[in-house]
Amino acid sequence: MDKIWRELGLTDEEYEKIISILGREPNITELGMYSVMWSEHCAYKNSKPLLKYLPTKGERVIQGPGENAGVLDIGDNLAVVMKIESHNHPSAIEPYQGAATGVGGIIRDIFTMGARPIALLDSLRFGIPDDKRTKYLIENVVAGIADYGNCIGIPTVGGDTYFEESYKGNPLVNAMCVGIVEKDKIKKGIAKGIGNPVMIVGATTGRDGIGGASFASQELSEESEEKRPSVQVGDPFMEKLLLEACLELFETDAVVAIQDMGAAGLTSSSCEMASRGGTGMELDLDKVPLREEGMTPYEIMLSESQERMLVVVEKGKEEDVQKVFKKWGLNAATIGKITDDGMIRVIKDGKVVAEVPAKSLTEDAPQYVREEEVPKWQEDVNKLDINEIKPPEDMNKALKDVISSLNIASKEWIYSQYDYMVRTDTVITPGMDAAVVRIKGTKKAVALTTDCNGRYCYLDPYIGSQIAVAEAARNLCMVGAKPIGVTDCLNFGNPEKKEIYWQLKNSIFGIAKACETLQIPVVSGNVSLYNENEEGAIYPTPVIGMAGLIEDVSKICTMDFKKERDVIIILGENKGEIGGSEYLKVCFGMVKGQPPQIDLEEEKRLQELVLKLIDKGLINSSHDISEGGFAVALVESAISGKKGAKISLQTSLREDIELFSESQSRALITVSPEKVEEVLKIAYEYQVPAQKVGVVEGKKIAIEVNGKKIIDLPLEVLEESWRGRIKWEMERN
Amino acid sequence: MKFAVIVFPGSNCDVDCYYAVKDGLVEEVEYVWHQEKNLSKYDVIMLPGGFSYGDYLRAGAIARFSPVMEAVREEAEKGKFIIGICNGFQILTEAGLLPGALRKNEGLKFICKTVSIIVENDKTPFTTRLKKGQEILLPIAHGEGNYYVDDKTLKELKENNQIVFRYKENINGSVERIAGVINKKGNVLGMMPHPERAYAPLLGNTDGLYILGSIVDNFVKGGV
Repeated sequence: MDKIWRELGLTDEEYEKIISILGREPNITELGMYSVMWSEHCAYKNSKPLLKYLPTKGERVIQGPGENAGVLDIGDNLAVVMKIESHNHPSAIEPYQGAATGVGGIIRDIFTMGARPIALLDSLRFGIPDDKRTKYLIENVVAGIADYGNCIGIPTVGGDTYFEESYKGNPLVNAMCVGIVEKDKIKKGIAKGIGNPVMIVGATTGRDGIGGASFASQELSEESEEKRPSVQVGDPFMEKLLLEACLELFETDAVVAIQDMGAAGLTSSSCEMASRGGTGMELDLDKVPLREEGMTPYEIMLSESQERMLVVVEKGKEEDVQKVFKKWGLNAATIGKITDDGMIRVIKDGKVVAEVPAKSLTEDAPQYVREEEVPKWQEDVNKLDINEIKPPEDMNKALKDVISSLNIASKEWIYSQYDYMVRTDTVITPGMDAAVVRIKGTKKAVALTTDCNGRYCYLDPYIGSQIAVAEAARNLCMVGAKPIGVTDCLNFGNPEKKEIYWQLKNSIFGIAKACETLQIPVVSGNVSLYNENEEGAIYPTPVIGMAGLIEDVSKICTMDFKKERDVIIILGENKGEIGGSEYLKVCFGMVKGQPPQIDLEEEKRLQELVLKLIDKGLINSSHDISEGGFAVALVESAISGKKGAKISLQTSLREDIELFSESQSRALITVSPEKVEEVLKIAYEYQVPAQKVGVVEGKKIAIEVNGKKIIDLPLEVLEESWRGRIKWEMERN
Repeated sequence: MKFAVIVFPGSNCDVDCYYAVKDGLVEEVEYVWHQEKNLSKYDVIMLPGGFSYGDYLRAGAIARFSPVMEAVREEAEKGKFIIGICNGFQILTEAGLLPGALRKNEGLKFICKTVSIIVENDKTPFTTRLKKGQEILLPIAHGEGNYYVDDKTLKELKENNQIVFRYKENINGSVERIAGVINKKGNVLGMMPHPERAYAPLLGNTDGLYILGSIVDNFVKGGV
């Protein structure tokens, strides 16, 4: 059993550092506490030096990164609380519980802040579902999210899903939750008031999920299957009771501080709260309600049993807490108190079994600036000569293939398993550019989206990450929402490898640049590294969760065509970019070239223009042009509006590139004929190119390029390919 | 008139019911905790959707033992209007106030979407704003909505005109596409689709008000 710290994921140097902090060797409980708190998952030790480049300030920011979730002021004494978090490793091993507890954890982060959760989103990445294991992962991840979110009664209103070979065996499950809180009722995890009691509320503590945070900070391998016990088990009913009980408790004045017990359980919640408050905490483990007998201090401190909270209570008000939790049939036990010596002191059977400085767990974790190197493969994958690719002879077939590709096809098979309507606030339901959730009692609504094209980030992490931010913002603008804040989930491979660190660094720089230019602060987030297995790393996938504010929900816009004879206009410029495109992948099996370039100033003008047009009520539909280019945007607006289109394009580009280029900063809008002149005039003022390309008409998609008819397909044929693909893929053997 | 929305631990469409009555019908409404033993001050009792007691054992199987269910039974006997939606329907069948049972959906997956519902009986106090054969759109959101009755009971349901709604298409495997049934006396309705989620133009659907509004039209103090 020598060098046991290595088994717990600590290096020899890190172990030496612990000894120098304590002035002695740690015992096993203490070592366990350091191992989880100093894991990448809790300490961000590989990413922290980079994360400081992200812009986190803004006039709406009430709480930036560092708390359980970010908080943004939306006026009327209300605030939006938001956070995204990964549950990739557990989902790879035990997809149902892994995904379910991912949802449970992120919901707790939101109501810990005192907010009522109003929406969930999920950003998912899987391999291609052509083998049993991948289908099993998809089936169970979706079921895990569905069962947890549906039961607790928070609508799952959006998200995004991509299928790429690189996620095979290492799926990504990023769950985002958004809540609303009255500004003067925000709760924080700052432990204050010497002598104040510390209570554990909610579920009992068992042996599930021990060491989960450390497990999530390693590469996946064949042996990972043995780590199955470090995956937690979720109970959404328990969490629903905990949610209601906590919100009821916050109506009293008993709570000083509160934090959910997620990764690293009692250890993280106690030391993080004490550390923020500059206090210490004494915990008597004999008072913790346990699920199983004979649990050791190590197990109790590291258990990741779900649906628990640690609450610091105003002294003398323990009874108030007991009363609320009794009503909901939940435990509430006083297990310790706040001290003034800055130590986390753990007592079992009357003896001190661990005693370490709280701040050493949270702030003294080592930070690593790794070496970086441009990946060997980069030069080769960035090469693409479009002249070597012959345009397809049958453009109708090409369009059908692209529209029915896994990444573009309707995700209804997934989202119809989620209750996206509960609470009756979902004004724009899944499948559109962004979800919109109204705030009852006001005219306001919140628009939400998650976005990231991992393929672009693989081809160029700096550009790809800028696009992820730009596209998320663009999606919000399409429904008429002004982007106000980002929560990011950075999913990457092993940062100890130079080329992965290069990806991580460039991606963060890209996000920072886009957020600065578009003036959208990052208020919370999560980093998930070591997403790789024997077959390699995932595509760099910095998922951007974003919230936008709608001041008047009656003014929102949607992507579906509304009226026959409406004029179809493309805003923005097609630069003829098919590198990394869905067209290139689907029709030629290639992931190559440079991703589309992005000019953030141009992007900003487009977004401001669309917001202006929607606010003035000048347009009938608006849709972001992204993967699959103009052709896909057109078909999506047509299908959702159940109306066809007649298009005539004049271009110097090759016809396939004209249709499928994924140039950024573009939108497809429809306008009543009598308003076209005004729209074009305003577009000119915003310096955004605007091109009339056709009309909403009939029940088919007809496209001419330079006078030559190249697409002529009934809408129903396209709809069938688009709507049925994923279901078909999941159900075939 | 005053509506009660019963709140069981794990109810989650209680909020939906509350606002559909308050903002959709503009009537008085209160939440009632499941420990309540007296419901005599309410005119209409709503059993909302959700996952009472986590749907452990079977959907609605534990909630039927809540203290409030005795009171629901008493008010049902008095003839007051009682509507159980989704999990509320499951609880009413478990409590024996409505015939049949709800099993897991045929496809074994939770289904959330808006579907076409056909009105089968327009003579109930819940459907007088509708016409027999009329097609309306209502959201569904359930994992266990597959309605089952044995042949004998089905025959009785037909004879007594107790089938109130059917799905236009087979959604979840329900016997004869049954989406909602009423008791013999005609004052207790159970349905899987959610009329309370279709009450506002902003939500894109107001068809639920046909049903909730019918209740208001037919209200007689003290019950039918």
